[in-house]
Amino acid sequence: MTQLPATTQRKLGLVIDLDTCVGCHACVVSCKGWNTENYGAPLSDQNAYDGAASGTFLNRVHSYEVQPLATSEMPHPAAQLIHFPKSCLHCEDAPCVTVCPTGASYKRVEDGIVLVNESDCIGCGLCAWACPYGARELDAAEGVMKKCTLCVDRIYNENLPEVDRVPACVRTCPAGARHFGDFADPESHVSKLSAERGGMDLMPEQGTKPVNKYLPPRPKDQMDRAGEVDVLAPFLEPVVEEPRGFLGWLDKALERI
Amino acid sequence: MTFNQPKIETSPKVSDEVRKTTCYMCACRCGINVHLKGGKVAYIEGNRDHPVNRGVLCAKGSAGIMQVNAPSRLRAPLKRVGPRGSGEFEEISWDEALQIATDWLEPIRKDNPEKLAFFTGRDQSQSFTSFWAQNFGTPNYAAHGGFCSVNMAAAGIYTMGGAFWEFGQPDWDHTKLFMLFGVAEDHDSNPIKMGIGKIKARGARVIGVNPIRTGYNAVADDWVGITPGTDGLFILSLVHELMKAGRIDLDYLARFTNAPVLVNGDEKSPEYGLFLRDAVGKPLVIDRKTGKLTAFDKPGVRPDLRATHRAAGVTHRPILHLMAERYLDKKYAPEAVAERCGIRPEKIRSIAAELARVAFDEAFELDHEWTDFRGEKHTRMVGRPVSFHAMRGVSAHSNGFQTCRALHVLQILLGSVEVPGGFRFKPPYPKPVSAHPKPHVGVNPSAPLNGPHLGFVEGPDDLALKEDGTPARIDKAFTWENPMSAHGLMHMVISNAHAGDPYKIDTLFMYMANMSWNSSMNTKGVMEMLTDTDDNGEYVIPRIIYSDAYSSEMVAYADLILPDTTYLERHDCISLLDRPICEADGAADAIRWPVIEPDRDVRGFQTVLVQLANRMKLPGFTNEDGSAKYHDYADYMVNHERRPGVGPLAGWRIGEKGLNHGRGAPNPSQLESYIANGGFCVKHIPDGANYYKPWNVAYQDWAVEIGLYDTPQPYVFELYVETMRKFQLAAEGHGDRQPPDNLRERIKATMDPLPIWYAPFEDGNVDPVEFPIHALTQRPMAMYHSWGTQNAWLRQIHGRNPLYVPTRIWEANGFQEDDWAKVTSAHGEITVPVAHMAALNENTIWTWNAIGKRKGAWALGEDASEATRGFLLNHLIHELQPPKGDGLRWSNSDPITGQAAWFDLRVKIEKTAAPTESLPSFDPIASPVGQGPEQLTWKVGK
Repeated sequence: MTQLPATTQRKLGLVIDLDTCVGCHACVVSCKGWNTENYGAPLSDQNAYDGAASGTFLNRVHSYEVQPLATSEMPHPAAQLIHFPKSCLHCEDAPCVTVCPTGASYKRVEDGIVLVNESDCIGCGLCAWACPYGARELDAAEGVMKKCTLCVDRIYNENLPEVDRVPACVRTCPAGARHFGDFADPESHVSKLSAERGGMDLMPEQGTKPVNKYLPPRPKDQMDRAGEVDVLAPFLEPVVEEPRGFLGWLDKALERI
Repeated sequence: MTFNQPKIETSPKVSDEVRKTTCYMCACRCGINVHLKGGKVAYIEGNRDHPVNRGVLCAKGSAGIMQVNAPSRLRAPLKRVGPRGSGEFEEISWDEALQIATDWLEPIRKDNPEKLAFFTGRDQSQSFTSFWAQNFGTPNYAAHGGFCSVNMAAAGIYTMGGAFWEFGQPDWDHTKLFMLFGVAEDHDSNPIKMGIGKIKARGARVIGVNPIRTGYNAVADDWVGITPGTDGLFILSLVHELMKAGRIDLDYLARFTNAPVLVNGDEKSPEYGLFLRDAVGKPLVIDRKTGKLTAFDKPGVRPDLRATHRAAGVTHRPILHLMAERYLDKKYAPEAVAERCGIRPEKIRSIAAELARVAFDEAFELDHEWTDFRGEKHTRMVGRPVSFHAMRGVSAHSNGFQTCRALHVLQILLGSVEVPGGFRFKPPYPKPVSAHPKPHVGVNPSAPLNGPHLGFVEGPDDLALKEDGTPARIDKAFTWENPMSAHGLMHMVISNAHAGDPYKIDTLFMYMANMSWNSSMNTKGVMEMLTDTDDNGEYVIPRIIYSDAYSSEMVAYADLILPDTTYLERHDCISLLDRPICEADGAADAIRWPVIEPDRDVRGFQTVLVQLANRMKLPGFTNEDGSAKYHDYADYMVNHERRPGVGPLAGWRIGEKGLNHGRGAPNPSQLESYIANGGFCVKHIPDGANYYKPWNVAYQDWAVEIGLYDTPQPYVFELYVETMRKFQLAAEGHGDRQPPDNLRERIKATMDPLPIWYAPFEDGNVDPVEFPIHALTQRPMAMYHSWGTQNAWLRQIHGRNPLYVPTRIWEANGFQEDDWAKVTSAHGEITVPVAHMAALNENTIWTWNAIGKRKGAWALGEDASEATRGFLLNHLIHELQPPKGDGLRWSNSDPITGQAAWFDLRVKIEKTAAPTESLPSFDPIASPVGQGPEQLTWKVGK
């Protein structure tokens, strides 16, 4: 089967902020647009205008509901909705590469991007089966495996202004929830952001050492904590109890202006 | 296999050319870079220089390429050959189409222009379409505001001279607490997403108030899962708490609002509740320095919030007194409203405390000198870093106007409007009611209407009534039923035209409004009205002309179709005369231009209106010698002048010292300048003029300089809207113009000049025990109304719309995954697939808006998930309230503005066996464009 490089010079990847992602799918469609027109075969769509349409996407947003358990501190926790964008995590120990029977799947030495060489891909689907994240999709029209390229044809592209040499999903994200950079450089924006915000590996128990990191949502609904109203009470100390008292207060308050 | 890394091309050519224009995948109007290869659209991305989106782009925008190639695009003008509703048409030439339309319209204009009802739906050219309608002479014109968010717009303008979205925005750079009430997530969506991302990055907090926790509410730090229709009550409880704690901005209230204005307190007086005014009509206050009655705007006056005035035996009290009396009442205490709102009292109190803490304890100052309209100089600008935003969720109720008013009053009490960190207006707002037109309905044969159709009434005298007191407009806008209906009532047009109430019409002419499907209440009934015939076998609505770019459900119900272009094939102007794209720091407008040419026999609708105007030689479109002023819309955009020096586009006009932005003569090269600049123009507001705009002399002078208005228009915010009191006085029997007796009590109860809350009308019209559940729709961020369904990419994101059911109702009905439910309202029933959702108000069910499709529409196959499992809630909502036994027709609308009360809906739900498809289902309509291809492998470059 196919070998991974022993090390890569850079580790390019994404930080995805789950505290900020509103689930708008901007990244999904921007990715679809760029990668339909660019790298390799177009991302095809079946049943495009009938039935339940089904096409190839390299990036999808899934939404998960979370129902926190009641605690003494939070007796009535509200359910939460977490939007979870998912694409290839460009793992250091990428099982999709090592399982490839033809060498079509590979991880680049210079930047760690995992790619599929479509001319060598026989569409056997082993890599999709090996990927624990479901990040690869076999294109039904072309019969080759498609996956996130980290926009390898954008990030070095000298035909683009330098500011645009980022993946399409990062450039388009309206909420600024997606960040691109080199995790091999501890001083990079993504390394620092991940360190500050407790960036997490997805399913670390799989041993894939994903490069992409997810920033966890900040704690929600803190106003629902028992006693929160008491903490805030001083900011709302009543000055009047009855409508009539208001004018008396007003007299005094106006004197101070 | 050994390690084997191929060489790849990492610098492929991106495109041959980039053309910059304005998106139209929804109403946000972001700037886009359209990459072309071989003249075809290869890729669309956001324009980094554009003031609206700064380079980002949403899912809809990036999917524009699939809209431009959509198989549902109409291809040529169509003449109906089958019965209405069948979808059977023949293609005709433009010459024939324009001749048919002219032959229908010209006699109407000569006979009685009111027989034309011209309503444009999601129109972004209302200053132009209204100009056309005005010159035709019909009073029956409006766009879709009446069934969208007129409550928000009208409440904002009547209260503070501007509202949310196009009117203003939070001060994203300084705000520390952002509170968001029910919004359509497809409106202003990129700016809000960008703003939320920005403030979250700096640790500012977001509070989301919405029965449904999706989208923005999903990322909100705190979520308030409020019961639908109770937002106003919740807000007034916050007001109660803030006033009780004295946590209101007295200095701001005294200077910049009508809180100190004196109000007549004599219950027997015909002036009861009106302002004490001086000889020239200016509202009076007591000056704190002199203790004397003084005009509110006199230079140097320090209005007193405390002192009352007694004259001729009548006590006049400042408005703040009336507010204290009302809102300190215990009926607004958190404990009193909690159950109704579905919010724990502790949480209401915590939110009030947090608002107070951030507004006052985190106040800050900017070192900008400025001078106010009374001539007082200020050395600094006080910031109150609390901001709000709201939209359709709070406004689409029969209590929506008062709710929106309540929200603005809350903002104003906190002193957080037009101050750093708060809510900021975007030019041409702020703009007081007095600077807006009033409604006009003066109809004369072969003559223009006597003024603009829509406007802001200031009392009963401004209502649009005929001499006999009957409504002058087909939609009954500006009548006693809904006196302040500033955007008209598009949702009542077909119903009223069918009923001949207030009169019959001859031709219904519509644009971009899917009235036989998702844009109407009572969809099935509307289809019947559109196809109904009289005793002679003639259609009750004799003629229908419709313009759309796509094969929507409405196409089948028209007699003549004028096919529009897609947004990349047309000229448009996003004008300061209309709904511009300004930011709080600058005036901005934009264009669309044909970045590709149509490959079909279609024309931009606005150009078609110009061509029709030329055939009819409408004044306003015709020179004195009878020749046409404009040959197409682009010509109008450049050469039309609304007032001398002020045209549709403010950029690159010929001023006294050369090209400038603002006032100036038409410039024949104007569009080239826009195109060279990326399709837009921005003129920045000078530092020191960019906050406190309604009162800031520097801003007012700047607004006059660039042509927003011709003289400075300073004003104070209207906590108390005197206009509303005038309608109440009429209902109490004062004045010459009197409401019908059956409306008196409702007007007295609802037209309160200070914000009130009353239960949505549906609560009283249907039995809340039988129909205990609230039912709503939400707009997804990745789909704009019905348009998205034809889009091969977007329909993979939102191709079906289950009915989301909260845990309590889910368990009570024993629902399981893949179950179906029958949902019943007082009006109708639907049978639809259900899904469980926990992050939801426990008495609310909801679904995505406008996903369900009629078979045969939008070039979709008959097995399309939208047509088999998708559904509309519209079938459950009637445009009229249930009969009350008084023999009268009561519109399902807000009684003040006429806004469609979509979200008042109450239902019951029960589990049912799965049908073969969602119910009701309708026969397929014949597709005039065939069906889209089975598979797409779209790539324009090789």
